[in-house]
Amino acid sequence: MKNPLQWMATACLTLLLCAPVAAGDLMMARVNRMFPEAMTLLQSAISSRGYTVTRLQQVNENLQRREFKSDMYRVVYFGKYEEVRQATARNPGLIPFLPLNITIFAEGDQAILVTSHPQMLREFFPDPELKPLFERWEKDMLEIMDEVREAA
Amino acid sequence: MLTRLLLVIALLAGFGLSPALAAPDGAKLYGRNCAACHGENGTGGIGVPLALPAFQAGVSDDYLRKTIRHGRPGRVMPAFSQLDQAEIEAIVRHVRTWNKGAPATYSARPVKGDPVHGKKLFAQYCADCHGANGEGGKGTGVTFSRPRDLPIMAPALHNPGFLVAASDAMIKATLMRGREGTPMVSFLKQGLKEKDIDDIVSYVRAFEKQPLPGSAQLLKVESPVIVRDSDYDLQTTVENVKRAVSNNNFFYGRVQTLEYGLTDPANENPKQVIVYFCNISMLNQALAIDPRVGMFLPCRVTILETNGKVQVMSVNPGVLSRLFNNSELNRLCDEMSKSYTAIIEEATL
Repeated sequence: MKNPLQWMATACLTLLLCAPVAAGDLMMARVNRMFPEAMTLLQSAISSRGYTVTRLQQVNENLQRREFKSDMYRVVYFGKYEEVRQATARNPGLIPFLPLNITIFAEGDQAILVTSHPQMLREFFPDPELKPLFERWEKDMLEIMDEVREAA
Repeated sequence: MLTRLLLVIALLAGFGLSPALAAPDGAKLYGRNCAACHGENGTGGIGVPLALPAFQAGVSDDYLRKTIRHGRPGRVMPAFSQLDQAEIEAIVRHVRTWNKGAPATYSARPVKGDPVHGKKLFAQYCADCHGANGEGGKGTGVTFSRPRDLPIMAPALHNPGFLVAASDAMIKATLMRGREGTPMVSFLKQGLKEKDIDDIVSYVRAFEKQPLPGSAQLLKVESPVIVRDSDYDLQTTVENVKRAVSNNNFFYGRVQTLEYGLTDPANENPKQVIVYFCNISMLNQALAIDPRVGMFLPCRVTILETNGKVQVMSVNPGVLSRLFNNSELNRLCDEMSKSYTAIIEEATL
């Protein structure tokens, strides 16, 4: 910056446009839709950000097979092939945390989404090259959660 | 150039395109940060029903502010340390829209009483619900997806978050009036005198000087992953893991590559293999303690080969205790850490 006024103006602009920061270690959202509809919204929000949904873990079915009661409960796994390949080649310790996932379960006629803040991984994996990746995942996760919650 | 830039900023601010400087929207902040646990309309869920008239009438704005800021260590409610003061105020204002009357205000003056007598009364009248040492009732609240015994869990009084948020006067008022719609009754109506209640308050305040109970503590882990080197080749190690899983009272399910579903099977890296496994009874126990733990299910161990070296690794379940801020998961996380370590070591040694 060439002078303080220009610096101040740019700083103000950055401040004006920056998004609110995320909360806590867990990210949660309550969706005012029945489970099946919330599930469709979630998968759509994930796919629209370029991620591939790789698997839907059926938790409640596994519980019910052993006669434990549970409402609808799924874990949705997703990722991007190149991102996963590059990140784990350099940091194999990341593998147990991948693919990314969001848990969704029914609560009455609503649904709850839960995932962890990808930014949390920075504490465990301080490699500076991973920082932009964690930031991108964080932003995408927040957008996905907001989109599903606000669609309701 | 500078004038134009400042003009753009002014216009953006004027059109409400400046979330950082605009007045925080309490409803939106509540929706993003609180509604998942407390319900969109404060009816409760995993968290306390904030719209309950007796709760609204019994707590001060200051209590709400400090609770949001400090949370309840080990008791699910996180500390929202990243929210600024204006955002917390906006959330408090939103929560107060469910209040029919004026918010309670309390003196900050300490209540004087006899903590020794208070301890006896606490054991007699409070410990059944709040725990012998004020560590709180069991459970994370009510959720409709799992059966629960009570509409609200007795809060942990011996908790740094509660003690910083609740003034002596507020604790005293709660003891005197009770909280309608919850199991908390008026202890005046139970026959206690005001002096007795002062004694209980002074005993509760004395928790501040005692060591933290287990309910306010979370597991500390040195490493987020458990890793061991294997002397066997990849395929043999995978088979060893499957056998070790069975030997440790789990059953294994899917065996797949990390990249499964992300690309054509022909492109998947065959040297990153995940073995999924489960113990349904343990899963049921974990979900009963905290319905959110599903995000780390099913259990899994990864076997990978890099430059001819084979390693076996998993998430260290100890990280879950802190992630969920739920001390009731400590025992289970500890057991899971031991099981994971046993499986990995059996497969690699």
